[in-house]
Amino acid sequence: MTDLRKTAAIVGVDESDEIGKVPDKSNLQHHAEAAHNALADAGLSLKDVNGLFTAGTSTLGLGEYLGVKPSFVDTTAVGGSSFIIHIAHAIAAIDAGYCDVALVTHGEAGRSMRSRAGANPSDADPQYQIPYGFIGQPVAYSMAARRYMHIYGEDKTRQGMAEIAVATRKWALKHPKSYMKDEMSFDDYHDSRWISWPFHLLDCCLVTDAGGAFVITSAERAKDTAKKPVWILGAAEGQTHGMISQMPDLTVTNAANSGPKAMQMAGITHSDVDLAMIYDSFTYTVMATLESLGFCGPGEAADFVANQRTAPGGDFAMNTNGGGLSHTHSGMYGMFLVLEAVRQLRGECGDRQIKDHNIALVNGTGGSLSSTGTTVLAAD
Amino acid sequence: MAYNKPIPVPQGESDVYWQKAKQGELWLRYCNSCNEAYFFPTDICRAIPCDNPRDTKWIKASGKATLFTFAIVGYETGRAPHPGFEAPYVTAIVELEEGPKMPTNIVIEDPSPDNLQIGMELEVVFEDITDEIALPKFKPV
Repeated sequence: MTDLRKTAAIVGVDESDEIGKVPDKSNLQHHAEAAHNALADAGLSLKDVNGLFTAGTSTLGLGEYLGVKPSFVDTTAVGGSSFIIHIAHAIAAIDAGYCDVALVTHGEAGRSMRSRAGANPSDADPQYQIPYGFIGQPVAYSMAARRYMHIYGEDKTRQGMAEIAVATRKWALKHPKSYMKDEMSFDDYHDSRWISWPFHLLDCCLVTDAGGAFVITSAERAKDTAKKPVWILGAAEGQTHGMISQMPDLTVTNAANSGPKAMQMAGITHSDVDLAMIYDSFTYTVMATLESLGFCGPGEAADFVANQRTAPGGDFAMNTNGGGLSHTHSGMYGMFLVLEAVRQLRGECGDRQIKDHNIALVNGTGGSLSSTGTTVLAAD
Repeated sequence: MAYNKPIPVPQGESDVYWQKAKQGELWLRYCNSCNEAYFFPTDICRAIPCDNPRDTKWIKASGKATLFTFAIVGYETGRAPHPGFEAPYVTAIVELEEGPKMPTNIVIEDPSPDNLQIGMELEVVFEDITDEIALPKFKPV
């Protein structure tokens, strides 16, 4: 495989103008605001963009709405991990010469506009899962978590899930754009209502309105952008199934594949990682992902995150924006993992800035624990 | 009262599955090359590697299964995520005696973490939902 390490960089990131509860804006408005903001962050504009990447909508309508006529397009949509996967695709497209300024956008009025595309009746899901009420991701992920509990112990698993929920909220309170503004105690976690047992409400991500975008360009062009580039050292992706009932192992995600590949490409080991941005659609997603990435062994995630180790001041910086659990989660959250990683590596995070910020590992999960993308980013 | 939950639409390669379910039988697709049954039914075997993915047939399953994992949707709150469903209800993945796992519901009164145990023995029951469709579900033996 061609060595694409450091051949391209992320040079601009931003959200849409407002995130959280934004009743009057459409998905495409969130895309467009974020696109303009991220390009401005890079000192670029839409006239520079020749590669367009998105998920959840076609680049046809998006490009038309933005007014761009890209020469490279990618609508890979495999859930919330898609935007991490776009990074792998973008560096390959840039290296091959298909484009040199790649714009990746996301916009979803998840809270205010709940209309979702209907399922195709010929797919397996509407025949074999949906009629049984396998509707919404809390149902799928809670079944995976229940299996994990069976193998590794219910109390211990619960303790790990609670640690993650509480630690992530502490980070959210340090981010001015976070949806959740109140402190969360362990009691708050344990007392929150059941959504789909074994998941409490506070095991589950938010549903917000939000957009985000980032800009990737070649090493050559990255010399002239407004801020210091954040280098892409490694990027890998993969998927294992569609429906949760077809998942090969409910306790191991495809991060076991995309993680080592991205880290090998980057030439780093776990101890090099200063910041882990781990998709937290649910507390359990983090536990399964930490293990799949190899930060700890199977069944060890609860011990790994014990004693608020991932909270501010802890020795494992994780999800420092407050995560999908407490910061924002519009539906496909992966975009916001990238925004936070880039800002931390640039040292722009104010109150929540981590001390050492050279290397970030970002892992996104999409679908029903179905797909993952991992990328390794480095400060200039 | 009219049934107002999502209803499966049989496709060409699943017609037999749904016709047999309506007759109170659970049928599975079986690969002669792998010597294994699989779920969900497709004409072509999905195992990789498989020497002859098109050499498949239908077999009748015993209807016996064990509970692999589950969730109790709307436990203690009665809140269902979709109109038509009455919470609490139990979603589950069960492991059939023939090997494959399948998604289903567990039919049980007052579901709770105490009366559902992973590994518990189950048998298939069929819920008639329309003139054409019966859903295979499972209940504790």
